[in-house]
Amino acid sequence: MKLLVCVSKTPDTTTKIKFTSDNSELDTNGVQYIMNPYDEWYALVRALELKEAQGGSVTILNVGPAENDTVIRKGLAIGADEAVRINADPQSSLNVAKQIAEYAKGEGFDIVFFGKETIDYNGSEVSAMVAELLDMPFISYASHMEMDGNNATIKRDIEGGVETLSVDTPFVISAAKGLAEQRIPNMRGIMMAKRKPLKVVPAATFDDPVATVSYELPPEKGQVKLIDPENMDELVRLLHEEAKVI
Amino acid sequence: MHANGAKQAEIKKKAKEDRFQYHDYYQIDDLLQEDHLLAREAVRAWVKQEVSPIIEEYADKAQCPTHLFKQLGEIGAYGPSLPETYGGGGMDEIAYGIIMQELERGDSGIRSMASVQGSLVMYPIYRFGSEEQKRKYLPKLATGDLIGCFGLTEPDHGSNPSGMVTNIKDDGDAYILNGAKMWITNSPMADIAVVWAKDEEGIVRGLIVEKDMKGFSAPEIHGKWSLRASITGELVFEDVRVPKSQVLPNVQGLKGPLSCLSKARYGIAWGAIGAALDCYDSALRYSQERIQFDRPIGGFQLTQKKLAEMITEITKAQLLAWRLGTLANEGKASPAQISMAKRNNVHMALEVAREARQIHGGMGITNEYPVMRHMMNLETVLTYEGTHDIHLLITGMDVTGLNAFK
Repeated sequence: MKLLVCVSKTPDTTTKIKFTSDNSELDTNGVQYIMNPYDEWYALVRALELKEAQGGSVTILNVGPAENDTVIRKGLAIGADEAVRINADPQSSLNVAKQIAEYAKGEGFDIVFFGKETIDYNGSEVSAMVAELLDMPFISYASHMEMDGNNATIKRDIEGGVETLSVDTPFVISAAKGLAEQRIPNMRGIMMAKRKPLKVVPAATFDDPVATVSYELPPEKGQVKLIDPENMDELVRLLHEEAKVI
Repeated sequence: MHANGAKQAEIKKKAKEDRFQYHDYYQIDDLLQEDHLLAREAVRAWVKQEVSPIIEEYADKAQCPTHLFKQLGEIGAYGPSLPETYGGGGMDEIAYGIIMQELERGDSGIRSMASVQGSLVMYPIYRFGSEEQKRKYLPKLATGDLIGCFGLTEPDHGSNPSGMVTNIKDDGDAYILNGAKMWITNSPMADIAVVWAKDEEGIVRGLIVEKDMKGFSAPEIHGKWSLRASITGELVFEDVRVPKSQVLPNVQGLKGPLSCLSKARYGIAWGAIGAALDCYDSALRYSQERIQFDRPIGGFQLTQKKLAEMITEITKAQLLAWRLGTLANEGKASPAQISMAKRNNVHMALEVAREARQIHGGMGITNEYPVMRHMMNLETVLTYEGTHDIHLLITGMDVTGLNAFK
């Protein structure tokens, strides 16, 4: 099976988020980056498990600048066979989806994996867009997947229950928690990754109908006020006058 | 094994989350290669997943988490800078240092498990062993299928190893080994021991002793208030018949064990930074969360003095380690330069741990926080692999040309 895993670079989960002075971009100063955990822990590892069980190859793909190579190399260290970086500054979800689809359309991938969302902007859009652009079925939020020949049985967690679906390859899938378990690369894998191919593909040009205008941080949490349990009048006054909830 | 697995899961469930964040005040990451950063991220992830959730309980009970021996092999923490043909990682010395730093960020005892195996067992076999010995032992040591230990220090000969009394006598196709070694990390668990002993001419030789050889025992040392999660013991040899094929053929004299110690000390110079970073990180977070006099204690000048001095000293140690690593990669790191870094960085880490303990107030003495455990561990690290004072005398001798040892 020929498997493609699309991966994003995201700020580490402990990053303190700040924006540039005009609030139009993330302030990247001092930010440490990681591979998006849904892409790494679930999508990539499930793809590797399928390859190990049935043979084939796992390609990882990232849309981004050369600084992303360390994150891509980690995917190779975990076990992907080769990597492709589309040399574009990832802007809108649609633009990223078009870049991916443009590359993938002639490659004959059986399954295209994504994480269910990227933990920076939480869009969850690119995978669905790629499925549409490639004219493939799309299964989102998959938490379990078994292959039988070219047919997959996939479970997805839905509100209050589990939905089971059957789909034939080729298809696009977005991975949720449960699809696989995190694999930590070992030192041998890290050294082997240095020798694996990382192909850089020039970006295609598309009109981008979406532009980011600005970002805002949520308002800072106020101080906690402790009120004497005997002083109910003060509590009522604060709820009425300050919190304005009663 | 199943019961053990269930116990691990139970302990992990109770443990607090490891919230460690790395601190790189001087952007030293810009000096590192991609594989260094990946190795650091991988070992840190492993420590957060496997070490942090269990370490307080094992240290509390003075038990060694022996299930980690095999896992350390799986991640590639044993002999990462040895060639891949013998099961090593083929990495450079900076990568090795970074791996030690991340392991010691978890616990000095876990780092000790790995640095003994890599620097004191695999390295001498690789450097001084026969091709047959290398092929027999190194791949299994690299995976953790075999555990090794290193016997140099004796009950009456610590800082003065040249006075050793452990000895071998020629007996045809074998040597008869007699004597005792003390303070041996991993020894009660070890399958093999690299032992240094004097031959009949008084020349120090290295031997690979296997645990089932008759007359060889390795009793555990109890009652340590430091490195409580690491297992330490003695090596006792009573007329042990060691085949001559077990002698390391390519070294004679104390330079053999001393070159191994240089390797291990180099790793400690990096490792201690890990312990310091963990203490600093915990203290910094605590100073922002702990409120006294209606504001975080991090806002008070005396707390800021401690934190500012801690990160300054950590940054200096990081630069020292990086430069030493660069020299080591070029084959130019001298034993005296390694001594300076080991002495400085371990002392730095111990001072950082003590200051961090103060910032944590009373909580600092409990195992709710890692600080007191690191501090107690570092008392050992200050002493083993050449004491703080001996390393000072090595620097003293190096700059004056005069020997103050005796």
